Amino acid sequence: MNVMMLLEMANAAFPERTAFTDGSSGESYTYSELFEASRRRAASVRASGAGRLVKLDVSNLATPLSLFTSAWAGVPFVPLNYRLTDAEIEALLKRVTPAYLVTQADRVATLGALNEVNAIACANFLDAGQHTQAFEGEWSMDPEEVAVLLFTSGTTGEPKAAVLRHKHLVSYILSSVEFASAAEEDASLVCVPPYHIAGIAAVMSSVYSGRHVIQLPNFTAEAWVQLAREHKVTTAFVVPTMLARIVELLEGQGNVTADMPHLNSLAYGGGKMPLSVIKKAMRFFPNTDFSNAYGLTETSSTICVLGPDEHRETVASTDPMINRRLVSVGRALPGVEIEIRDDEGKLLKAGGRGEIYVRGEQVSGEYEGRGAVTDVDGWFPTRDAGSMDEEGYLFLEGRADDVIVRGGENLSPGEIEDVMLTHPDVADVAVVGIPDEQWGEAVAAAVVAKPNVSIDIDALKTMISEQLRSSRVPAVISVWSELPYNETGKLLRRVVKAELSQS
Amino acid sequence: MAELKTGGRFKSAVCTAEIMVVSAPSGDVNLTCGGVVMVESASGAVNGGEIHPDHAVGVAIGKRYINEEETLEVLCVKNGDGGLAVAGQLLLQKDTKKLPKTD
Repeated sequence: MNVMMLLEMANAAFPERTAFTDGSSGESYTYSELFEASRRRAASVRASGAGRLVKLDVSNLATPLSLFTSAWAGVPFVPLNYRLTDAEIEALLKRVTPAYLVTQADRVATLGALNEVNAIACANFLDAGQHTQAFEGEWSMDPEEVAVLLFTSGTTGEPKAAVLRHKHLVSYILSSVEFASAAEEDASLVCVPPYHIAGIAAVMSSVYSGRHVIQLPNFTAEAWVQLAREHKVTTAFVVPTMLARIVELLEGQGNVTADMPHLNSLAYGGGKMPLSVIKKAMRFFPNTDFSNAYGLTETSSTICVLGPDEHRETVASTDPMINRRLVSVGRALPGVEIEIRDDEGKLLKAGGRGEIYVRGEQVSGEYEGRGAVTDVDGWFPTRDAGSMDEEGYLFLEGRADDVIVRGGENLSPGEIEDVMLTHPDVADVAVVGIPDEQWGEAVAAAVVAKPNVSIDIDALKTMISEQLRSSRVPAVISVWSELPYNETGKLLRRVVKAELSQS
Repeated sequence: MAELKTGGRFKSAVCTAEIMVVSAPSGDVNLTCGGVVMVESASGAVNGGEIHPDHAVGVAIGKRYINEEETLEVLCVKNGDGGLAVAGQLLLQKDTKKLPKTD
């Protein structure tokens, strides 16, 4: 197994199709061009003696090229987050030497001066004239070889490098994508960062399905809408904050619909989707299929999907048990098993809240230098908290570490947030635990009001106490203009917690 | 006869077909293409020969093939005119379930 095999097959079946287009420069690669370019860059990487191919730049044609080059050359691919500070980047880079670094021109001199770092500007990596030698060797078919090292965004301590082997990534693609299933005119708009697992999954699944990728390097709602219309995009993936901004833009322009009849499917994931946003989005894109995907870096991307039919059925249902599935992440993909376990590792019954465990061919659960954290039966503890209903629909409740322990009672922020979001004046909310002398931890909430309304805190507390036990009613509710999210739409709970702990 | 390891790649001795093993039972498996035993892709040239007329059903790139017991599954990575078989029994093309696009 090797990720290169996916491109080999695409190159054999539809060599002349356009594979990737950089949305900012307009430059493109066909499958055969990408295949041949990878062969030549593999020779350059091998000649450099590097043990890793590192890419530190926004999404561009070098993103798929460096992934396939590294697979062909037999060195792990390490995409780094270009938004980190210089010191953070250097610290990560030192952990992956000897490195062949593909990066922005203005970083070449500084980073290239580091020990065992061979830096090349992205433009020069893409320039065919500088890579004239073709790699003669075949890529390895050893499924155990490491394909990608991905630094997780770790909220505490040093970032961990998740190890994804060729067997994990290829298994994921084979179980979730049908070869050559895309039509020639299909186009996918990819705006997730290239150092995110969703960005890597997007490259592989598009290649295997034969779908043209339009890359949007720096997301803005305006650029997204423009590119989607210009390229008649048929599929896209966004994180919840991106969808919220797109909906906001369309709403502000006074549109009734998004006027994108070509957009067949819109998938989202990477964070909790507010119910108000998804309901609005379904109105703006009436003919678009919505899917919610849940996955982790350590699971080679998606493990659970709430599909288009389920979106429509849940919205239309009058049964509250079915209706609430709209905020679930759906059910496990074929070949993936999911369980909810309590603190002692015991399996919970349907509806019980605990930690999400996952098992399957695509699950790695391994970190460099620490080995696999999966148990003897192959189950990976995600550290995500959640519950599963009788039919296997998974509901996320935040990180297991976010559980609030108040007077010995475990409280889930997600449960309280769900109730607060039903209040007509609340646009967004984050519930955290703050230190409390009497209870150990107290429940605190930051809320964002909808435009042009003010929130009556006492009335909000009353509403919560009507639906939940008194221990779950926040002792502190603070009204904020917005909540802190990172660029991939993850709520920065530690920031909320630090702020509310001081007040 | 060869042991088929997951991820292993084999080529036909009598046509252009190549496959990758997705899952396989343990022990030696007599996997043939066009009626002739397949060889590891990494090995050198093969002697060739003719496709047996009963095994001339062909394989198509991207399709999966399974045996009746569903203990063996392979993915075709290169088209060929020969058909895949184990111990003389032609493999069946596996139906793939369509999933929503998520990335």
